[in-house]
Amino acid sequence: MIKVFKAEWHKLRRPTLFIGTMLASAGLTGLVTSLLFLLIDSPQGNSKRGNLISRDILQLPSGLTIGFSNAAGLLGIVALCVFAAQTAQEYTYGTLRNLLVRQPRRLQLLLGKYFSMASFAILMVLLAAVVSMSIAFGLSGKAKVSTDDWVTSAALHDLAKTFGNVLLSVIAFGTVGMILGLLLRSPISSISLGVIWLLIVENILIAVKSSLGNWMPGNLMSTIAVGGTSEISYMHAISLVAIYLAVGTIIVTVLFKRRDVSN
Amino acid sequence: MSNLAVAVQDLSKKYGDQFAVSHANFEVPLGTVCGFVGPNGSGKTTTIRMLLGLITPTGGSGEILGHSIKHPEKYLSSVGAMIEGPAFYPALTARENLNVLATLGGYGTDHVQSLLDRVGLGDRGNSKYKTYSLGMKQRLGIAAALLPNPKLLILDEPTNGLDPEGIQEIRDLLKSLAADGTTVFVSSHLLSELELISQHLVMLRKGKVLFAGKIDDLFLAQQPFILVKTPNESDLLRIQEIATSAGHKSTIRSGVAHIEGPADWAAELNKSAFAAGITLSQLSPMLPSLEETFFEMTGDSE
Repeated sequence: MIKVFKAEWHKLRRPTLFIGTMLASAGLTGLVTSLLFLLIDSPQGNSKRGNLISRDILQLPSGLTIGFSNAAGLLGIVALCVFAAQTAQEYTYGTLRNLLVRQPRRLQLLLGKYFSMASFAILMVLLAAVVSMSIAFGLSGKAKVSTDDWVTSAALHDLAKTFGNVLLSVIAFGTVGMILGLLLRSPISSISLGVIWLLIVENILIAVKSSLGNWMPGNLMSTIAVGGTSEISYMHAISLVAIYLAVGTIIVTVLFKRRDVSN
Repeated sequence: MSNLAVAVQDLSKKYGDQFAVSHANFEVPLGTVCGFVGPNGSGKTTTIRMLLGLITPTGGSGEILGHSIKHPEKYLSSVGAMIEGPAFYPALTARENLNVLATLGGYGTDHVQSLLDRVGLGDRGNSKYKTYSLGMKQRLGIAAALLPNPKLLILDEPTNGLDPEGIQEIRDLLKSLAADGTTVFVSSHLLSELELISQHLVMLRKGKVLFAGKIDDLFLAQQPFILVKTPNESDLLRIQEIATSAGHKSTIRSGVAHIEGPADWAAELNKSAFAAGITLSQLSPMLPSLEETFFEMTGDSE
């Protein structure tokens, strides 16, 4: 599996993919964090769906990472695209047959691929966290947000917790991408389906009936990133996401192990 | 230890009601070059994919280097393969593409440059795959197949897209690999090329094996013939009469008489022609080429 992991990194580290993805992640997180501080006095709100995160909340020890955790959904979409593309391209390029000739143990190939992409996601989230916190410190003065509580042990604890939650959420999004990639065997189809569902279909369904939010995978994965909300508990979100991913993973693993490689 | 590189018994693959490969039986001895021929859709690639563990057979069994094809992990580290044309990542360079496969197979990336040199891509190793011509892609596919320093090399149409010089180079490469003891199992449409390098042959049509064995045995089983040309074309009809009266079938095609008969009857024919006052400008005892044999066996003589 180590060999698969290393082989995958030859592909993941190519400049357009690596630098492009890292810049996209840093940019999106930076944008979300910047808006949080720059629009702090805006009547339209400074967070998603027009919510307002006040100065009092931002001054708390957890305030340092609010921007970072709010960007988790977007980071998740990026991860979904990377995981889906890296998986499905093996079918469209026909390279899967080369990989399977060199590593015929299909489960090991799948796991090695997954762990390499998960490590890619860790780097992505790490960079996003650094960018978000740097911007938070940088804009705190302009937004008149006190940073005294951001340099306490409570803040450090909160940072570790948020980082873990965002990472879990992003890897869950990525896993959905890989599942779609294996099912649909086409980067365009898997990314389109994933993004349309998460960004459009789920939001429409939740807008029509808010209780559906308790069951929608994208909403639940975003809930994990922020450590739970008043409507959805952290445990509910993490349990349901685990079930969804387990079912999806079992289906695609069985398919991948048994399916003939004819292209 | 068996002296066979490949041995399949009743190997079959069925899609719905249709057999892609039907009860195939053949063997490839170690250290030989074996040609694998058949028209498009005859089941060559499906057979190769079954040998490499990419497709699960519907029935039958097979062994590669003494291991069942049910356990490809036991033999694929000694097998190099290029299946149905080269397939690589377009955004990576040739070297990076080989590095991916070398790392995956645990061969290390040290000999990637020497492989690129060997297939004539030494100075283009840092170019992206998407910038390659079809011939260069084909060469890269062969380099990838050589990564494990294979005991068995399976190549599916390795000369597709190559110019005559490239074809000659691949022929020489395969010959040198065979001389080093590598078993080569190669499918190609270029039957004349296979005839030059193969000792064994497996012939497939509509999923069924028509012939499997030594290429010499195949030719021995074929009807020899004699080609006759005369300065005066009208004399060919008289040559035909001589042949018919001696019990040999003949036809006239493009100003040449093709007479079925063994090489030693040529002298008899020459004597009879001389006695009849016919001058011959050509008298050549021949065996059918692989291409002619193939078309005869597959019934595609037209």
